[in-house]
Amino acid sequence: MIQLDSLTKVFDTPKGAVVAADHIDMEVPAGEICVLLGPSGCGKTTTLKMINRIIRPTSGKVYINGEDTTGMDTQDLRRGIGYVIQQIGLFPNMTIEENITVVPRLLGWDKARYKERAREMMAMIAMEPDAFLKRYPNELSGGQQQRIGVARALAADPPVMLMDEPFGAIDPINRAVIQDEFLKMQQELKKTIMFVSHDIDEAIKMGDRIAIFREGKLVQSSTPDDLLAAPRNAFVESFLGEDRALKRLNLVKVRDVVSDDIGCVRPDDTLEAALARIDDFGYQSSILMVNDRRQPVGIITRSVARTTKGYCRDHFLGIPASVNLDDDLRKVASLMFAHDTTWLPCVDDDGRVCGQITQRSMTRHLGSRYRALEGDVSPNATALTDTTPKE
Amino acid sequence: MPIQTMKGALRVLLVAAVFFAGVWSHASGVIDEFLFYLPDVQYLMGQHLWLTAVSGGLAIAAAIPLGIVLSRPSMARIAESAMQVLNVGTTIPTLAVLALSMSFLGIGTVPAIFGLFVATLLPIARNTYAGLKGVSPALMEAAAGIGMSPTQRLFKVELPNALYVIFAGIRTALTINVGTVPLAFLIGAGGLGELIFTGIALYDTVMMLAGAIPTALLAIIVDALIATTAFLVVPRGVNPSRA
Ligand SMILES: Nc1ncnc2c1ncn2[C@@H]1O[C@H](COP(=O)(O)OP(=O)(O)O)[C@@H](O)[C@H]1O
Ligand SMILES: [Mg+2]
Repeated sequence: MIQLDSLTKVFDTPKGAVVAADHIDMEVPAGEICVLLGPSGCGKTTTLKMINRIIRPTSGKVYINGEDTTGMDTQDLRRGIGYVIQQIGLFPNMTIEENITVVPRLLGWDKARYKERAREMMAMIAMEPDAFLKRYPNELSGGQQQRIGVARALAADPPVMLMDEPFGAIDPINRAVIQDEFLKMQQELKKTIMFVSHDIDEAIKMGDRIAIFREGKLVQSSTPDDLLAAPRNAFVESFLGEDRALKRLNLVKVRDVVSDDIGCVRPDDTLEAALARIDDFGYQSSILMVNDRRQPVGIITRSVARTTKGYCRDHFLGIPASVNLDDDLRKVASLMFAHDTTWLPCVDDDGRVCGQITQRSMTRHLGSRYRALEGDVSPNATALTDTTPKE
Repeated sequence: MPIQTMKGALRVLLVAAVFFAGVWSHASGVIDEFLFYLPDVQYLMGQHLWLTAVSGGLAIAAAIPLGIVLSRPSMARIAESAMQVLNVGTTIPTLAVLALSMSFLGIGTVPAIFGLFVATLLPIARNTYAGLKGVSPALMEAAAGIGMSPTQRLFKVELPNALYVIFAGIRTALTINVGTVPLAFLIGAGGLGELIFTGIALYDTVMMLAGAIPTALLAIIVDALIATTAFLVVPRGVNPSRA
């Protein structure tokens, strides 16, 4: 857990005092990623670097796992905190192995242990140890270097990590890959991470919680969904962008919106029975046809059912698409647009139909969060919807 | 490609020139005259190398720590002015440095070594300072951020990354040193300068060359030795010649 207590930094510059961080109070619960987000120059980096004393605070305190760090030795403090920077900062004079093991060696691990650790870390970041450990940083691509940068920060297994725009210098495609890899690692490692970004999409993707900064002040700290649903003021709102409702689609899973109340027909049913069922369920245009194992095989349209005689198996159309319970609503919306449909069947991991998702249920779900948060945007509002237990 | 061809052609010309020089010198009996100076050359070369080794060794031993001290953040305020002084120092001709040194310390080996020491010190100190200052701030931040102490940062990060530039300074400085030692003869410290300057004074070309050619060879050998050392000592990742 990281706690900042009234953390303040004033830079004395020839042009006068610059308040880069103004009485920042915040907390990153253990095992969570908190993204510091805001426009350039708003004090994100300054706030982050005060935690490992790259920048000395003017006033205020930093607690790590409940312990006041003020009295701690700077080197000891830093060796217990993983640090990743945008410029990567691998040591060009050291091999990849030496880079990864630099903190364990500072901590005095014995050779066998840190060598073993280097191999573990390579496995974790999905890079072949034998191919890379003896190479030098300048022989690696930017994306590979940044992975090594992350491995170096994690090598001594620090409970806390600070990351300053760690993926900012990587091309968009590689960035998405590394973000995904990192999130997967984080699911197992459960580090407490403070992560600086100026990219709202990255923040939404990486953050369990997002802290928005403006001119040295912390403006709002909420879960990504609450932030997008209820920006505290006009600044946050404009920073999030006019498409913030669409951004929320990324955050909601099909699982959260799916309705398991879905009517289906079997291939042996008559079209007459299908029409009756379409009417029973009040469907506008069509009904899903499933096989014996409840896997979706096609749809029967209302017009066909009304005008034709026969069995469903002879008159169905292909299903446009189906979605998995773990897909996000962004994918669902995209599929709906692509196939010009207002509903899609949902399947579980075995491919069995377990419900449906409709455009209306999506809008209602997103809208209900707006209504729930509307008008009540005091600091407590976020706490009410906060489902993460405090330790 | 044309550059490659030109290099090849030059190499062939050079070999041919050396060959014909050899033929000519043999025919004209120059080689015998050279051999006459061989004992002198041997003795003076020893003296020459000794002057280089002592002045160069002292210069390295003093210049690297000086460069390190000046590059520390706490010295930032005076470092730039100190570097200005060193830069001005470098522009003073070595002959003038030797002359000044003689006017304080008299004649003999000591003023010669002192003069050579000063002339050699400057480029090494300058390169050490520039090399250390040139280490990227991101690297320094990473080193600090993962918990290296200032000393660990210096030895594990700064010096290894500046080493190539430092070696370049040593290489220039020592090559110049070897080439300058003949001047030390002028203030009475011996060395191959004895043959060169006496040869000039007596219009004795062979005598002059008996001093000049070994001096040139020494310079080339010292240069190659330091280049090889740099190649071997500077870590592969920061060694442009091994990239
Ligand atoms: N070393 C420094 N000296 C003076 N001003 C600084 C220094 N570092 C940062 N600042 C100022 O502090 C403010 C916040 O900077 P920073 O934390 O780097 O912003 P961000 O990371 O959000 O882009 C900026 O106005 C910046 O100019
Ligand atoms: Mg920044």
